[in-house]
Amino acid sequence: MEKRAIFSHRLLPYALLVPQLVITLVFFYWPASQAVWQSFLLQDAFGLSTSFIWFDNYRELFSQPDYYRTIGTTLVFSGSVAILSLSIALLLATQADKQLKGAGVYRTLLIWPYAVAPAVAGVLWAFMFQPSLGIVARGLRDYLGIDWNPLLDGNQAMILVVLAATWKQISYNFLFFLAGLQAIPRSVTEAAAIDGARPLRRFWTITFPLLSPTTFFLIVVNIVYAFFDTLGLIDTMTGGGPAKATETLVYKVYADGRLGGDLGGSAAQSVMLMIIVIALTAIQFRYVEKKVTY
Amino acid sequence: MAEVTLKDVRKIYPGGVEAVKGITFDVPDGHFCVLVGPSGCGKSTLLRMIAGVETISSGEIRIGERVVNDIEPSERDIAMVFQNYALYPHMRVYDNMAYGLRNRKMDKAEIDRRVRDAARILEIEPLLDRKPRALSGGQRQRVAMGRAIVRSPKAFLFDEPLSNLDAKLRVSMRVEIRKLQKTFGTTSVYVTHDQLEAMTLADMLVVMNAGRVEQIGAPLAVYEKPATTFVATFIGAPAMNLLTMSGAEPALLLGNGSIPSEGAIIGIRPEDLALAPPGAPADGGIALPLTVVAVERVGPESFVYGTLDRGDSIIVRLPGTHAPAPGERAVAVASRAKLHVFSADGGRRL
Repeated sequence: MEKRAIFSHRLLPYALLVPQLVITLVFFYWPASQAVWQSFLLQDAFGLSTSFIWFDNYRELFSQPDYYRTIGTTLVFSGSVAILSLSIALLLATQADKQLKGAGVYRTLLIWPYAVAPAVAGVLWAFMFQPSLGIVARGLRDYLGIDWNPLLDGNQAMILVVLAATWKQISYNFLFFLAGLQAIPRSVTEAAAIDGARPLRRFWTITFPLLSPTTFFLIVVNIVYAFFDTLGLIDTMTGGGPAKATETLVYKVYADGRLGGDLGGSAAQSVMLMIIVIALTAIQFRYVEKKVTY
Repeated sequence: MAEVTLKDVRKIYPGGVEAVKGITFDVPDGHFCVLVGPSGCGKSTLLRMIAGVETISSGEIRIGERVVNDIEPSERDIAMVFQNYALYPHMRVYDNMAYGLRNRKMDKAEIDRRVRDAARILEIEPLLDRKPRALSGGQRQRVAMGRAIVRSPKAFLFDEPLSNLDAKLRVSMRVEIRKLQKTFGTTSVYVTHDQLEAMTLADMLVVMNAGRVEQIGAPLAVYEKPATTFVATFIGAPAMNLLTMSGAEPALLLGNGSIPSEGAIIGIRPEDLALAPPGAPADGGIALPLTVVAVERVGPESFVYGTLDRGDSIIVRLPGTHAPAPGERAVAVASRAKLHVFSADGGRRL
């Protein structure tokens, strides 16, 4: 049945909507429209003159090999973060779902990393893995004999930001997976056990398919997270380096616009990112409601 | 096919709550055993221990020759029907039924043959391609039954399988379950809190209360000779009338010298009582003068609620609709042979 609320005054519902609408307008539509406008403009180096150049910023963007490299970097980064954080969170959630002693403490501790601000987390990780000072970096070098230097080695820098970004996201995924697991009726898994399925088979044939709505939702959320929310992390840890090895799309927007002063080009990149988010959200809505149900 | 044997089975939860307190019984091969008792009496826990989804704190459970205490549920070769059916929501009915067979790496053609056979017996052939959410409660119940029978397990376990169905469907499924069990001759253990279901289904009735067995026996034997006042009031509806008597009163009433002097509880089933006009003689039986409080006429029979002059309330079941009106005086009479006598604490039949 449709839910209906009765308001005492005709204007009240609008008044109640205003705060949310104002926030959306001020913090989303206004900057977004400015970005779109900006992406059609070109400014001289001193910001004294601005000219309207239609799609030249986009043409310029797509002619840079750098941009394609950044897309590649972003895909590697986001893919790794999503896969790692989802699989680790799922493993932890299945363990936490069992009746363990101290499960409450375990769950609470797992949620903490999510509360750490990205920049703070970035500084912590960068410090731990700093080649000459970092405690983990020293362990890697002294005990495992790894020539660890993410300041020079692009692959190592990438591994580092992937790990840090994963660590931060596990909490969130863990919460959703745990809730998803607890929503599966115990009798269904018991029935599968009685039906002769051993634990591992039970997981892949019963639990995992029943979790698929949660998993799909989390995949989209994680990709969006890795695309956008990791800016602070990357900035404090590697600054996109070395040699742009950890420069993702969103970091390039920041680097080209704020640091490089190319506002038009940077705006064109933001618009591209906006299109990606809109596409992801559309997919999410479409599939969550249709395909991924059982 | 196998017998199910329980020997001093206990369940103690962490924290010390003892849900099942040493239960011993033996379900002979092919028999239909019903565990009945009020909620919280440990019957479901006991069933889940037989299934292997609940650990056994002490004692021994055997299915056939094998002690199954430390055997995984998947290896016990039993099938269970759950109260909420526990169908796999992401699988079609066909796959729900085939799942257990596939887990046993059975040949595809054999799986198909078995699933279709079971579907035919249960009349769910048109539903094979549907997902559980597209089925009604009764259809889900049939699929759950189908999932159990395709495997031809050593034993069927039922955990209140009918309690989610409406009253009419419950009766027809009850008959059907009984029929299926007879057809397959598979040893079954069935848990219910409904004494009518218990009476109609069981070859062997196990009445449980507070983690203990109160009585084991054939349904009619339990009805005719309840071992304790708990069983007496639990089996049969409306419940047996119990009159607590002290001193010489019971001996006087029964004309029998063997009643202990500390008193006894006398039980009389409502259906064993009749009403006579006030002042009617005992006539070799017992006569209890009463005042009628209320009358329920349900069609084929009427229930008369009264208060005895000695203070107890009593229910009398009369055939038909002819009954005295509230406020009228009457005498409840019964023959002595129909009386049940229990020890004063209700724990023993005398």
